Amino acid sequence: MTTLSIDHVSRWFGNVVAVNDVTMTIGPGVTGLLGPNGAGKSTLINMMGGFLAPSTGTVTLDGEQVWRNEKIYRHIGIVPEREAMYDFLTGREFVLANAELHGLGAKAAQKALATVEMEYAQDRKIATYSKGMRQRVKMASALVHDPSLLLLDEPFNGMDPRQRMQLMDLLRRMGDEGRTVLFSSHILEEVEQLAWHIEVVVAGRHAASGDFRRIRRLMTDRPHRYLVRSSDDRALAAALIADPSTSGIEVDVTEGALRVQAVDFGRFTALLPKVAREHGIRLLTVSPSDESLESVFSYLVAA
Amino acid sequence: MYDPTVARLTYRALLGRRRALILGALPLLLIVISLAVRALAGADDQTAADVLGGLALATMVPIIGVIAGTGAIGPEIDDGSVVYLLSKPIKRPTIIYTKLIVAIAVTMVFSAVPTLIAGFILNGNGQQVAVAYTVAALVASIAYAALFLLLGTVSRHAVVFGLVYALIWEALFGSLVPGARTLSVQQWSLAVAEKVAGGELVTSDVGLTTATVALAVVTVLATWYAGQKLRTLTLAGEE
Repeated sequence: MTTLSIDHVSRWFGNVVAVNDVTMTIGPGVTGLLGPNGAGKSTLINMMGGFLAPSTGTVTLDGEQVWRNEKIYRHIGIVPEREAMYDFLTGREFVLANAELHGLGAKAAQKALATVEMEYAQDRKIATYSKGMRQRVKMASALVHDPSLLLLDEPFNGMDPRQRMQLMDLLRRMGDEGRTVLFSSHILEEVEQLAWHIEVVVAGRHAASGDFRRIRRLMTDRPHRYLVRSSDDRALAAALIADPSTSGIEVDVTEGALRVQAVDFGRFTALLPKVAREHGIRLLTVSPSDESLESVFSYLVAA
Repeated sequence: MYDPTVARLTYRALLGRRRALILGALPLLLIVISLAVRALAGADDQTAADVLGGLALATMVPIIGVIAGTGAIGPEIDDGSVVYLLSKPIKRPTIIYTKLIVAIAVTMVFSAVPTLIAGFILNGNGQQVAVAYTVAALVASIAYAALFLLLGTVSRHAVVFGLVYALIWEALFGSLVPGARTLSVQQWSLAVAEKVAGGELVTSDVGLTTATVALAVVTVLATWYAGQKLRTLTLAGEE
């Protein structure tokens, strides 16, 4: 059992607060760290990995400090987001070097390369690898000492769907084996497919934590805003507001459109075309006006 | 204290890229110039001392020191690949110490060896000039490697600062401001060379004792401080 505890951790860079009083506990299994770009995910992961000192608060692994404690790396495997990785070595040389730095040998390196299915390209220079191959070799270098905690910063960035699936399978297996696996992502679907548990970070704050289904529900149940243009805006507005799925409608005269706020996402999307047909109104435009991830996240923060 | 894997990675990074070209070009230039001087002016002890002192020790050794010292760690910190060293149960001072050994070895090979060859070409080691300057280059290699390794650890602009120190401080200020010469790796190493040559061809502004102490203090302090800086090195994210 490996538990990573983040206790009232803040980190600021000059006047900018990157991480603001975050407390969370990451236990065995796969945990997704979800948040929009710039939310502080990398800063958090850097602190979890011991590469950045918290300005206040503590990060501990099974009670042991992570910062300035080299011995802790016996238990931690890290897959950084950055690409750079001794491109002049072959994949095998790179993984072997990582094994040696842990006091291990060629056998451990070979096993790790087999785990990520990179044996076929192990004797090619890393410089010639595709993004997905690099990611897998990074993964092998992190697994070489059989760590109980695995930290991955945006591991799926730039991977094609097949590579993404392979890596997801691998991480799922790691989680099933009882390892503590934490990965960061700004893409909801990735987290949903893989994580048992998610932690949401928005603007440096810990916005939500728990089972992904609950958080997903929070996300879909939030009020949705739509911009609607039709052949008869006012008649459509009158018909829509009569239904409880709609909580507000504004007639935007300058835009020549309706701004509709729906509270029940599922019901509203079924209602709109039905109402239009019944009243002989033609729908010209229906577009969600706040589907950006940022607006989804900021709703979560308020929830 | 010495990690062979860290050493191997450092050697390959230093000697594998374009860096190796620059490392090889300067010694080659020195030897070509020495051949030309010998052919045009014949063997002359004073000329040999001028070429070795002005070109080899004052210019080539510090530049090679900058390339090897900063190159032993700077690029890894810049591109973030140092994370693969830092995420291992290895003491940070061990990483620095190993990289220092590599930087010293590379600086010595690419500066002291060509200095010796050039010296023999110039005057066949007359009055021990070639050996004296080679010893100076060896001694200077240690201090330069330590200084520039520290610079590579603390600054992203290590090469620029290193060259400014090597060329402006050592060469320019040294000749304009007498006091600056006592704070110069070049003068310290010359003090050792002076002892070796024994004649009047090789002279230093600094006494041998002062020079030895200064060389030792600079090397040890720079290495220790680089180890401390690496312990708290912050790898900022890309956000």
